[in-house]
Amino acid sequence: MPDPTTLIIIGIVLAAAIALITVYNGLVGKRVETQNAWSQIDVQLKRRHDLIPNLIETVKGYAGHEQETFERVTAARTQAMGANGVAAQAGAENGLTQALRGLFAVAEAYPDLKASQNFLALQEELTGTENRIGFARQHYNDVVGQYAMALQQFPSSLVAGAFGFKPAEFFELEAAEEAAIQAPPEVRF
Amino acid sequence: MQNSGSTRTFRDLIAANQRQSALLAVGFVLFSVVALLVFTLVLVALGDPGALEAMDLATLGAVALGWFTIATIYTVVGYWRGDRMVLSVGGATAALYDSQLDNVVEEMAIAAGTSVPKIYLIEDEAPNAFATGRDPSHAAIAVTTGLLNKLTRDELQGVVAHELSHIRNYDTRLMLLLAVLVGAITLLSDAVWRAQRVSRPSSSRRESGNAGFVILIVGLLLAAVAPIFAQIIQLAVSREREYLADASAVELTRNPRGLADALRKIAADPDVLDNATQATAHLYIINPSRGLFGHAGSMFSSHPSTEERIRRLESLLV
Repeated sequence: MPDPTTLIIIGIVLAAAIALITVYNGLVGKRVETQNAWSQIDVQLKRRHDLIPNLIETVKGYAGHEQETFERVTAARTQAMGANGVAAQAGAENGLTQALRGLFAVAEAYPDLKASQNFLALQEELTGTENRIGFARQHYNDVVGQYAMALQQFPSSLVAGAFGFKPAEFFELEAAEEAAIQAPPEVRF
Repeated sequence: MQNSGSTRTFRDLIAANQRQSALLAVGFVLFSVVALLVFTLVLVALGDPGALEAMDLATLGAVALGWFTIATIYTVVGYWRGDRMVLSVGGATAALYDSQLDNVVEEMAIAAGTSVPKIYLIEDEAPNAFATGRDPSHAAIAVTTGLLNKLTRDELQGVVAHELSHIRNYDTRLMLLLAVLVGAITLLSDAVWRAQRVSRPSSSRRESGNAGFVILIVGLLLAAVAPIFAQIIQLAVSREREYLADASAVELTRNPRGLADALRKIAADPDVLDNATQATAHLYIINPSRGLFGHAGSMFSSHPSTEERIRRLESLLV
């Protein structure tokens, strides 16, 4: 017959180990979820990037001399495609949105272009993709928020600290857009 | 339901739903075995009173095991094939590509972080929709052509988000199992009543002795009460899920107005859905049968009152 105190100690250690494993796995699950959510955004962003060369070609057919606008969009696209990290990506995507806005503003001046089926289809496709990016971003930020909460809440905060779980970055598009409004891009005529 | 603290609650509710489904499946098989055993005894008593006394424990065990196997197979088949049955009963066929519907469904699936459900169309001018499937990766959303014609994009988005929430919250799994349960119980009690009617009158009851008589009474009572009881449970569960799905839908769209407007429009629409039966009524976004049992909020209603749902949605508007 083992000593009752030994049994109690074994019980406590076992319970603590199970609690630790549960909390740890919960944190890992949440971290993986943020990565999955991020890859969803990535898919949609890539789709957006893929649409742009086609869009530029179409607009060129009607408005060949708007070279500067095309270059700005192409540069913004290249920057967005090369961006690394959540904050950099958000900034670059915002730049691309601004550049595209400029492109569509140019298109306003060409009635033939605006009536072209190809252009309309591309515009629709781009709007749809932007909607998807919006929802993917919403989902990503939700998941990141839940993960951040778990990192700060007791007792999972202890486990997070001990095993070096780092919070994921929010995909802040609004903040970047706000900044863009405060400092409007230079427009030269 | 919009502050960050409630996201945890949604997860808890989903987990609770999954536990409930598992419990329900196990409980249903056990309940069926007991009920089927009693019904078997009733049928034996009705047919040959002498046989009841002659039955020993081994025979009884064999009968129970037989019924257990059948009940398990029935539940498993209902679980794996139920979505297809529900879709065909609802008159839904796989939808051809419709850019707006496809886009809305895909957007909501992205917002929910789940896989995109299959899309089905019901040729009917009554605006309505339902979802089914045992889990998010084996799920389907069916909408009527009337819904597509009469709703704006924002409203359609609200409806799709509501249906997708049923899928994500595992309500569709729970509802599939509940439908299996109610269907089986109704069928069983029907069989007992039929058997009772065709059996030889009065004389057989006296001959079967005391035990036989008690079993007969219990069996008939069970046959009378069980279907009503099962349906009340089903409807109560269904009503509760509607509020949750409305709230989760807003979590996805961030636009309570869209769903509220859609509910108002669907409830006010004069067209009546042809393919909805009493058995599938609880699946739709708004109860399609507005007859005797359609009284919103009552014990026999599958949905809470639409006014109350709209009121709750609009309280989410800041």
